[in-house]
Amino acid sequence: MSTPGSGLARGLAITFRAMTRRAHTRQYPDVAPELPPRSRGVIALFEENCTVCMLCARECPDWCIYIDSHKETVHAEGAARARQRNVLDRFAIDFSLCMYCGICIEVCPFDALFWSPEFEYAEYDIRDMTHERDRLREWMWTVPPPAALDPLAEPAKEVATVEKARAKAENPDEGETPARGEKSAAAEKPERPARSPRAAKAAEAAGEKPDAGEKQPEGKPERDDAPPEDDHSHPGSPSSIRERRAGSATTPSDGASA
Amino acid sequence: MIPPWPELVLGVVAVLVAFLVLPLLIGQMEHKAMAHMQGRLGPMYAGGFHGWAQLVADGVKFVQKEEVVPAAADRPVFRLAPAVGLLPYLMALLVIPIAPGVVALPLDIGLFFVLAIVGVGVVGMLMAAWASANKYSLLGGLRGAAQLLGYELPFVLSAASVAMAAGTLSLSGIIEAWRPWWLLWQLPALVVFFVSGLAEIRRPPFDMPLADSELVVGYLTEYTGLRFALFMLAEYAGILVISALTTVLFLGGWHGPFSDHLGWLWTLIKVLAVAFVVIWVRVSYPRLREDQLQRLCWLGLVPVALAQLVLTAVVRVLW
Repeated sequence: MSTPGSGLARGLAITFRAMTRRAHTRQYPDVAPELPPRSRGVIALFEENCTVCMLCARECPDWCIYIDSHKETVHAEGAARARQRNVLDRFAIDFSLCMYCGICIEVCPFDALFWSPEFEYAEYDIRDMTHERDRLREWMWTVPPPAALDPLAEPAKEVATVEKARAKAENPDEGETPARGEKSAAAEKPERPARSPRAAKAAEAAGEKPDAGEKQPEGKPERDDAPPEDDHSHPGSPSSIRERRAGSATTPSDGASA
Repeated sequence: MIPPWPELVLGVVAVLVAFLVLPLLIGQMEHKAMAHMQGRLGPMYAGGFHGWAQLVADGVKFVQKEEVVPAAADRPVFRLAPAVGLLPYLMALLVIPIAPGVVALPLDIGLFFVLAIVGVGVVGMLMAAWASANKYSLLGGLRGAAQLLGYELPFVLSAASVAMAAGTLSLSGIIEAWRPWWLLWQLPALVVFFVSGLAEIRRPPFDMPLADSELVVGYLTEYTGLRFALFMLAEYAGILVISALTTVLFLGGWHGPFSDHLGWLWTLIKVLAVAFVVIWVRVSYPRLREDQLQRLCWLGLVPVALAQLVLTAVVRVLW
């Protein structure tokens, strides 16, 4: 506030500048709003996935999910006896009670419930806010595809599992040696007790299978070439733990035979 | 001096039409300009295109409303007040020249008449305030009376400065005598006239008599329906009159390029521009407190108006 009246002029300037800019008003009924991704508008039901396990209805803090079902007997071709399966009769959510916590969606083990961004389902009567399965099924069409992963993120769990399985399926064709080497790791361990006493202890716990080394004599020289401190021989590594478990499982039977 | 009756009737009808249309135009401008200054859109639905018919719709709504008169109210005064509040502005418009020779009632003492009649508007306000039998209304009315008492002085003094400069009280005569350099010479008078004019019509930031955060709406509190609408119309008609007077006295009225043919357009443009400033000021500034209001008047505007009067007199004598 150096010169008198500069504050007044600044006030006028601010309002005038605001007038020249675009208004912030969202003309909602005329222009659909741009919802953020993963908007929680309404809960949609993919009823083909529903097994009537009732988990959602039981977890719902508001008790706003209504499920009715009956059992149906299914006669499968060639099966020894008929099976039973659950058939969904009614699935309704009372959105006048729902607090949109999303627990039902989290808890559903069969991916039958989804968040839909749809939000225009107001009613004139609170009793009309209970929406039945057909309405919930319709909302399923508005569920957006899952958001793409961040480019730097790890691959999705499903993708990673598939890749691992594929690698496993392809590896045996390429070379047997790693798989065999893994098996012979237990036999190897007693040979170098001085290096890592813990490894030796692990090998002892594994039950000292002397015949394991004898059974696979051809595996030995190859393992000698390998670096002595590789993952398989390390006591903390998953493979050695697995072996230890396998060994301890076999030990009682060995002891009994001895 | 009174024109022959066909011309007079034509002039009165034209003024009546302008009186009914221009305040709506200013009101719509206020709706939209204020909205955009606040980052909003304002009315968008009524009439289809950007809510141009919003005020018409408001008028229709007000006509449909029930007319409520409080039981304790002074009934005839209460019902008469909106008319007393509105008519002075209509009368003032009669003597305002639009273009060279185009004026409904060419009065030689036009300036005197306008200044006198605009002050009558406050009587309507006082009548409304007193007759409402409501404490908020009364407080608002008293504030309005105090405000008018104060601001009438700089208002008249600054107008007198122009009359002195032009050497006439006729509004057409003032415009004819006007020269562009008067903008600079009469600048303090222009500011004083505009500010005290705002106070005269009780526009924000000088809306202490209404002060909707303190007094409900002051003297309008008990009014409903058509009479309330008349008071609202009086507010916008007041903007029109103050803008027109500012244009005529200080901004050269119809002067401008091609003023022989487009004089009326220049007048209209200048009036609307001043009306925009009235709205702009309303959006930009907070309401003055009662003591600030009086301080601004007596310690700010009155001395400036007196100084301007001296300056005008000195320049007139030396020229």
